[in-house]
Amino acid sequence: MKNKSLVIITFLFLLFTAIACEKILPPAPADEDVLAGTIPGLTAQQEKEHLIGDAAFAKIFTAAEGLGPIFVQNSCSNCHVGNGKGHPSTVVTRYAHVNGSKVDYLLSKGGPQLQQKSIDGYLAESLPSEVNVFTKRLAPAIMGLGYIAALHDQSILANADSLDLNGDGISGRPNYVGPTSFFIAQDIHIAINGHYIGRFGKKAEKVMIQDQVVFALKQDIGITSDFDMEDLYNYELGVYAGDNIADPEASASFVNSLVFYMRTLKAPPRRNESDADVMAGEKVFTQIGCASCHVSTFTTSESDIAALSNQTFHPYSDFLLHDMGVSLDDKYPEGSANSNEWRTPPLWGIGLAEASQGGLFLLHDGRATSFETVIALHGGEAASRRAAFLALSEAEKAQLIKFLKSL
Amino acid sequence: MRYLLLSIILFFPALMKAQDSTLIKRVPQDTSRLIMNSDVMYNRPFLIIGKSPIAIGGYLEANTQYMGTDGVTDGFSFQFRRFTLFFSSTISKRIKFLSELEFEEGTKEINLEFAAMDLELHPFLNFRGGVIMNPIGAFNQNHDGPRWDFIDRPLSATTILPSTLSNVGFGVHGKYFAHNLSLAYELYLTNGFDANIIDNTDNRTSLAAGKSNPEKFEESNSGLPMTTGKVALKHRKYGEIGLSAMLGVYNKWKLDGVVIDKQRSVSAYAFDFSTTIANQTTITGEIAVVEVDLPSGSAPQYGAQQWGCFVDLVQPLYKGSVLNFEKSKINACFRFEYADYNVGTFTETSGAIGDDILTIVPGFSFRPSGQTVLRLNYRYHWQHDLLLNPPALTSGLQFGFSTYF
Ligand code: HEC
Ligand code: HEC
Repeated sequence: MKNKSLVIITFLFLLFTAIACEKILPPAPADEDVLAGTIPGLTAQQEKEHLIGDAAFAKIFTAAEGLGPIFVQNSCSNCHVGNGKGHPSTVVTRYAHVNGSKVDYLLSKGGPQLQQKSIDGYLAESLPSEVNVFTKRLAPAIMGLGYIAALHDQSILANADSLDLNGDGISGRPNYVGPTSFFIAQDIHIAINGHYIGRFGKKAEKVMIQDQVVFALKQDIGITSDFDMEDLYNYELGVYAGDNIADPEASASFVNSLVFYMRTLKAPPRRNESDADVMAGEKVFTQIGCASCHVSTFTTSESDIAALSNQTFHPYSDFLLHDMGVSLDDKYPEGSANSNEWRTPPLWGIGLAEASQGGLFLLHDGRATSFETVIALHGGEAASRRAAFLALSEAEKAQLIKFLKSL
Repeated sequence: MRYLLLSIILFFPALMKAQDSTLIKRVPQDTSRLIMNSDVMYNRPFLIIGKSPIAIGGYLEANTQYMGTDGVTDGFSFQFRRFTLFFSSTISKRIKFLSELEFEEGTKEINLEFAAMDLELHPFLNFRGGVIMNPIGAFNQNHDGPRWDFIDRPLSATTILPSTLSNVGFGVHGKYFAHNLSLAYELYLTNGFDANIIDNTDNRTSLAAGKSNPEKFEESNSGLPMTTGKVALKHRKYGEIGLSAMLGVYNKWKLDGVVIDKQRSVSAYAFDFSTTIANQTTITGEIAVVEVDLPSGSAPQYGAQQWGCFVDLVQPLYKGSVLNFEKSKINACFRFEYADYNVGTFTETSGAIGDDILTIVPGFSFRPSGQTVLRLNYRYHWQHDLLLNPPALTSGLQFGFSTYF
């Protein structure tokens, strides 16, 4: 009897372990299918730093830690889901009162960005009654930003042609913006009248990654930092006080970790590069002039992160502003960028967008759900390229789109 | 306080050793009546020390696991889940007192789960007051580790309903017997949840996040009581079903007498059942729904509605002597569970909102005695993020035990 039961137990245990162990852990998705991971060549210390930044990026802020009092979302990764592009439900709204050429960002009423959420016991912001224009912005992917940050201004200027002297119909121009209070110019920057070339943001209005991080912490999450100590508050309440959490709510090292994280996220990986259709699609992309703005290749300058120095990368962007025509004109000028001007968005990683966005949502506000719609909405400087696309055979169109999906 | 508790724990093994001496006696359990979920608290293995009027009991739970998500694993871990002590005393024939203290993950969290007095006016009308268990769902009332064949508590009972949930309050309960049937009811007013249910690091609506307010023993965040009620019906042959509801307000709608927001409601509903088929297979399950009145802007990150369910199947495979444990049992068990933390669609895209998890847990349990269980579980999760991207896969093996002492 005793032996019999021992045998039963052992048998069951072995059977169970055998079944379970065969596939005990789910497999990892292929490297090329995920928007995560570090650039090649980092030191062990840098890898560790990256992980600290990763945690900061995923950190969920609560009221007890200074969230708000008014805010858009409580975490970076709520909008930049899985480091990829965002979802229409997390767009940010910016507003203004525009009268002819005069733009009032309603700074004394809580402008320019709307914080439609609030912590318990505080009133959320609503659009001031004067608002007559507002824009919605979908969060972009944040992969490979370190390479873009390590570009020399000269590399960006090389593609600028604001007067279209070469007559290709494309007149990209750099956006020169005033630097933030914490900006320290490096060798890569070329100043004009104290202004520097912006390379981040949909209107190229941020010079450095850090500018966007400090802005996002405050305007998106309501978190003050060593670089911006003033908390948000609801102007409607007439009480010029934020939450009751001591400022800064995030330290300089927290901000630096976030910056380091984004500088060291690898470039989005490519898939099916050598597929015949994909290669044919890339040719079409170049032939019909998409590449006039979506420039494929750049090389970085020297960087304090050795792995980012003198690296060739393929963002498919020129980081310049272009007039995109009436369909994409959101009537909302920002800084020196007109309301119809947008920075060419990098196309790398666009093939993986769908797997992080819970669908496909393209263009600055996520209005387009297919590549065909995106191209159909390309106007202004890109109008001739749109026409060239529409004139393609169905097979060529399919190849072009297959190429985009391989990015 | 902490040291006092620690010394009790250290002292305890000594008591356990002495268990078969005449100093410590097991309190015989009343098995003549139909035991319902609402009675389990008093129907635990208790020990009495000498002539002390206090009976003492408790259980502990520990396990090891090897789990991984999408190919990434943190390796092996050993987890000391919880150690719970209960003390009960019969003050007079119709006045009883019971308390339950829980230590989670070592001494990281010490919770007074229960500390209440019961005064019997009539079997159908008892008064209960103190720190009481809110009778929402059956798991909350009947959660002792050794009673379950699975290492993890059910998700719908911990992440939709916040087991274990107890609050300061009072109310009435009672039971009515007729032939093979018994009917039980409970109705309590207690302190309620706070706004952490929609402001927390889980980043989703979570009643569990709103229950841990350190001031909950002193005040209700909203200044209003929360009502919890349950009715349950048990048939000696067919099993037990229960219906419960919990209704309250969670936000600070009034500050120093000034109304600053509308009263925002939080409500939970649960249906539970348990039955034994052919005197053998037990099926236990629960369905829970939570509804929260959200301030504008909280959706869609935080859901206005959540629901979850679990079904446990336990099939005895063998009863008899194993390794000289005369009355041991070996069971095969299977759990299916699902939780949707955010029911609804995105207004912007009309697409469905994700944030859900589906789990299956096959396993075996070995019960060398009625009070101890060894468990081997295999878990597999499919978890969607808010945007309904392809699910993250988690799986792994767990082995552990739980025992009353
Ligand atoms: C509410 C949603 C939201 C949150 C939260 C958010 N972002 Fe963003 N992020 C955006 C949007 C929208 C843009 C584009 C803004 C623009 O250009 O006008 C953006 C742009 C960026 C960019 C520039 C990327 C590029 O290629 O130009 C970086 C870097 C960035 N965010 C980092 C962060 C960090 C770090 C955090 C957390 C501190 C954060 N974001 C939180 C929505 C968000
Ligand atoms: C004049 C410069 C220019 C040309 C030429 C151009 N694009 Fe674009 N492209 C842009 C700009 C600027 C945007 C962003 C517009 C917006 O967000 O409203 C954009 C957006 C896109 C997007 C969406 C990216 C995203 O993240 O949402 C795709 C895809 C794209 N372009 C593909 C193409 C293709 C294919 C062609 C050739 C037919 C092309 N573009 C030609 C400037 C250009």
